Amino acid sequence: MENDITISVKGLTKRFGNFTAVDNISFEVRKGEIFGFLGANGAGKTTAMRMLCGLSYPTSGSGTVAGYDITRQAEEIKRHIGYMSQRFSLYEELTVKENLTLFSTIYGMTSNAIKAKTENVFRILGMENMKDAPVKDIPVGWKQKLAFSAATMHNPEVVFLDEPTGGVDPVTRRKFWEMIYRASSEGMTIFVTTHYLDEAEYCNRISIMVDGRIKALDSPERLKEKYGVKTMDEAFRIVARDARRGE
Amino acid sequence: MSIFVSMIRKETLHLLRDFRTITVVLIMPLVLLLLFGFAISTEVNDVKVVAVVERHTDDTRQLLEKFRVNSYFTFKGTVPFNEVEPLLRAGKADAALVLKYDGDRLCHQIIVDASNTNTAQTSTAYIEGVLRGDSEMPVITNTLYNPQLKSAYNFVPGIMGMIFILICAMMTSVSIVSEKETGSMDLLLVSPVRPRTIIFGKLVPYFLLSCIILVLMLLLSYTVLGLPFSSSVFNVIWVTILYILLALSLGLLISTLVDNQVAALLVSGVLLMLPVIMLSGMIFPIDNMPVVLQWFSGVIPARWYISAMRTLMIQQLPVSYVLTEITVLAGMAFAVMMLAIGKFNAKH
Repeated sequence: MENDITISVKGLTKRFGNFTAVDNISFEVRKGEIFGFLGANGAGKTTAMRMLCGLSYPTSGSGTVAGYDITRQAEEIKRHIGYMSQRFSLYEELTVKENLTLFSTIYGMTSNAIKAKTENVFRILGMENMKDAPVKDIPVGWKQKLAFSAATMHNPEVVFLDEPTGGVDPVTRRKFWEMIYRASSEGMTIFVTTHYLDEAEYCNRISIMVDGRIKALDSPERLKEKYGVKTMDEAFRIVARDARRGE
Repeated sequence: MSIFVSMIRKETLHLLRDFRTITVVLIMPLVLLLLFGFAISTEVNDVKVVAVVERHTDDTRQLLEKFRVNSYFTFKGTVPFNEVEPLLRAGKADAALVLKYDGDRLCHQIIVDASNTNTAQTSTAYIEGVLRGDSEMPVITNTLYNPQLKSAYNFVPGIMGMIFILICAMMTSVSIVSEKETGSMDLLLVSPVRPRTIIFGKLVPYFLLSCIILVLMLLLSYTVLGLPFSSSVFNVIWVTILYILLALSLGLLISTLVDNQVAALLVSGVLLMLPVIMLSGMIFPIDNMPVVLQWFSGVIPARWYISAMRTLMIQQLPVSYVLTEITVLAGMAFAVMMLAIGKFNAKH
């Protein structure tokens, strides 16, 4: 069972001056799980995620990602994770293919592997006809799929998605989640932050962050049951009603 | 393909596909050189002179003839004294020469429109020159290094000092900061790419671009603008490369200090460009500045670069004459580069 844990965090804390952005959080994520990180803006989701990715150093507490220590082995972690942010930050002037090639090269893939993998991605996504189009010219829904593909080209053990569906309509969002399910079924662990509550329903387990602390952590069904409500939206309102920080 | 090469490739493609920017960047230096070399010049030509002659003699006729044939003047004829001021006021004359006899001695008076002090001083000097040539003990002036006093000679080093700050510092800082804004910098930072690979992958394309621009500017200076060509061009090139490195480091430093493109533009524009134009000696001589500003100009890289370029390009002296400038530039480049890389690493 021990080996099934991909992310494990104990007492993780991040302070900026007097402000405690992340306050003593602990949780575990199993391999292949889709783990949702829910919270209002400013609740500390992104800060927590940045610590797990090695972008930010924790003030105190410890944790491991893919078996590596987040404080001492950040470089190792970087090799075993993928990351996609809310802005689908690909290079706009480069073509679809050039973007994928760039990110695969950065993750140390060989050119043969890159070639095979990009062909595969284009086939699955049905993007063969746009592979030479500059990213700035393709619709936002495609950009999003592309950004996810770029983040998973090297078959990472964990993919961190920071509000990956921001500013995208519900239909496109649903299609995007099909990609997430596919990746998860291939054994990738998905760690996703969101503030869309309909998305929370798609996760295996979710944690709700309020003012830097984890206030609830369970499967969507059990959370709804626990608070005696029908939707995640209602459950979230109950959990977050004491929030002092907010939008 | 190695990670480093693919980073450079990415940056180069980004740069080349931004057609507008690359065109401006390649053409602007050449247009500036041509503008300052030909159109805008501090030389005063065509000084319109009228003369007031009390009594015509052989001496006065000879003197006026000199003004007639001199290409720096346009001689507008002789007028009565009371018409001088209306002519100056209407701008039909720039200066008036009054010739009077005190007994047998010919006396000269110059009346000049000094609403523009620069032209006034220069045209007065011209007129005095002509008058002096007429006296019995002429003063022989030798203008070394720039015998025709061409203003292009003066401006080429200044424009080079300005352009490289503009391209290296401004473009580099804006391009790094734009990656922060779009979030692609985060993507790179969570990847196994080392921060120094990210930095150098950014700097190398701008370095190469600057080198191309340097070659274009030198070609133009030595052909169209007619700067004297000699082996000193090698010194010009490597000192310029040192300056380019310094400017790139400045750009990198700015990008670590600000978080959006507008701020990067403002900081590099106001903090780098303005001092280059005002305080580097490009236009206004440093020796004429108040002492405090003279000290301040000491921290402006362009000041040292332009001074070195004047010595190397115009005077064509060997490197040993610009050791101070080179030492200062090298020291600044090293310090700024270390500071910038340190700050970049500390942040990420």
